[in-house]
Amino acid sequence: MTATRVRPPQPQVTAPEGDTGRARRARRGRAIALQVACVAVTLFMGLPLYLITLAGLSSRESLNRFPLSLLPTDLSVETMSVFLSSTGVVPGFLNSLQVGLYTLALSLLIGVPAGYALARYAFAGREPYQLFLLLTRALPIVVLSVPLAKVFLTTGLYDTTYAVTLLHTALALPTTVLITSAVFVAVPRDHEEAAMIFGATGPQAVLRVVLPQALPGIAAAAMFTFVMSWNEVLGAAILTLNQRTLPAQVLATLGDSPLAYRFAGGLALVLPAVVFIAVMRRYLINMWGTTLR
Amino acid sequence: MADIVMRDLVKTYPGGKTRATDNVSLTVADGEFLVLVGPSGCGKTTLLRMVAGLETPDSGSVAIGGRDVTWLPPRERHVSMVFQSYAIFPHMKVRQNIAFGLRMRKVPPAEIERRVRQAAEVLELVDYLDRYPAQLSGGQRQRVAVARAIVVDAGVLLMDEPLSNLDALLRLQFRAELKKIVRQIGTTTLYVTHDQAEAMSLGDRIAVMRAGRIVQVGPPLQVYDRPSERFVGGFLGTPPMNFFTAVVAEASGGTSLRVGDQALAAPRAIGAFDGRPVVVGVRAENVEVGTSPGEGRLRARVEVVEPTGSSLLLTVRLAEHELKVQAPPGFKVEPDDTVWLRCGPEALRFYDPESTLALES
Repeated sequence: MTATRVRPPQPQVTAPEGDTGRARRARRGRAIALQVACVAVTLFMGLPLYLITLAGLSSRESLNRFPLSLLPTDLSVETMSVFLSSTGVVPGFLNSLQVGLYTLALSLLIGVPAGYALARYAFAGREPYQLFLLLTRALPIVVLSVPLAKVFLTTGLYDTTYAVTLLHTALALPTTVLITSAVFVAVPRDHEEAAMIFGATGPQAVLRVVLPQALPGIAAAAMFTFVMSWNEVLGAAILTLNQRTLPAQVLATLGDSPLAYRFAGGLALVLPAVVFIAVMRRYLINMWGTTLR
Repeated sequence: MADIVMRDLVKTYPGGKTRATDNVSLTVADGEFLVLVGPSGCGKTTLLRMVAGLETPDSGSVAIGGRDVTWLPPRERHVSMVFQSYAIFPHMKVRQNIAFGLRMRKVPPAEIERRVRQAAEVLELVDYLDRYPAQLSGGQRQRVAVARAIVVDAGVLLMDEPLSNLDALLRLQFRAELKKIVRQIGTTTLYVTHDQAEAMSLGDRIAVMRAGRIVQVGPPLQVYDRPSERFVGGFLGTPPMNFFTAVVAEASGGTSLRVGDQALAAPRAIGAFDGRPVVVGVRAENVEVGTSPGEGRLRARVEVVEPTGSSLLLTVRLAEHELKVQAPPGFKVEPDDTVWLRCGPEALRFYDPESTLALES
């Protein structure tokens, strides 16, 4: 249960006044310090988001005003609508969404079973396999991209969202496998065995008993994958010309656009990722009346 | 209802050097409650898991109700099981947990509802059917696990240390309840525990295991009273059986045992070992403690006095041996006092000092 634990009544300590007072002050001080730290961390994460949102929703003139107002006094959707109506933005957005969701589906489809296998079976080469998984992330995309572009050119996949999807899946798989395997390890073997005793086949046991319990971890992996794909610029920019994803599109046009356009682009890039995380958050914490990892 | 016949089961875990079970053969009769008991790592859980189908033996066979199930998956064996960790599913409500086995077997919903309700009544879970396991206490989770196991009406009920995660008081309470429930449903039950008191209190028969082998099988009192080897006597009972070495002396007046410089009357049957050392075993409750010397009494020095409420547990030194004996609660004794012990020849058990096996019947 996550119910707040009721403190038993503290025995009355008849210590000298000064001592209890000092102890109380120290405890108070620690509580305040904790609050301050929490606020500081929140601001560190939240402030840039706020500033981008503010700038993205300000008119072009108000951005150039001095001193710059930090309060949402002069909101307008003008910049945003200009940004959204400029060439390539909406298709870019759709491409990004498509790539993100395909990558998500593909990496879960391959990564979750692999994670399960890593967690449950002792097979030859298990350790090296895990290390190898991480090594794929050690190669910079720049190094990979040229040979990749060549491969995709010869296979006719170049400048398609599928090419970007494949690249992103390759980038996301190691983390998907490792995260989900960690979660599967945490689901007791007993549960699977109990399911099989009570009439389930192996796959049924996994589907009905193991997967539901692994859901928070799978959600985390999904979140990570989608955001990674949404934010990835370099590979997407190299592998596409016309079928640009949003970051690639923004990157390509960023240099010669006005300041307001950049902020609007920033907001358009941040928003879907934030929404996605907010949706997946409920799978991460507090299910079935208990807090899982 | 079904009997279980295990024949020559051998299992070595991958990477393990010794056999987890070493040629174990055991039969559990239809409707019988058999308890496998032994120290941890003796192979009792492995044996249970081979009956459940969660492990496959290297050789040997398991038959349930006359059907060879050695190679069948768990779901085709018609067994049900209570796990040590309970293994109830945290993402399902109590109702769904109990119904799981029935749903997997495609029992009609109305029938499921009826049987879940019945099981919940037996285990006093009716008020908790719509809760998640995380909202239950340990004892209640245990009840859910048992309800889930009995609701499927399997031919064989397997239990793997189901009480070991409960606190002492609850364990005692639930033990009696469990015995009642199993008696009511009359299912053949194989029960694993390392707790000898649990084994004694629950089993129609108990099988004591050690190092992958079954050492002794029999009704609890018989195993308790006549351990087939020194290990069994030392494992069953609190306090465990006392052991000391003595030399058999056969004389015209009768057979006696020499312990240090004292003598103790012994049954005639042991006279065949005249002049040879034997290990003598005697239960604490079969030793009478007195404060005055007398015919056939052994002198011992008190080392520790432990009141247990219902009696006084004394640790005494007899020659070079330490014994645990029981005195009535009002017995006046202090450490370093001398007491006189008397034990009837019929209460003595004899073991070979080398093989530690029982010497007579």
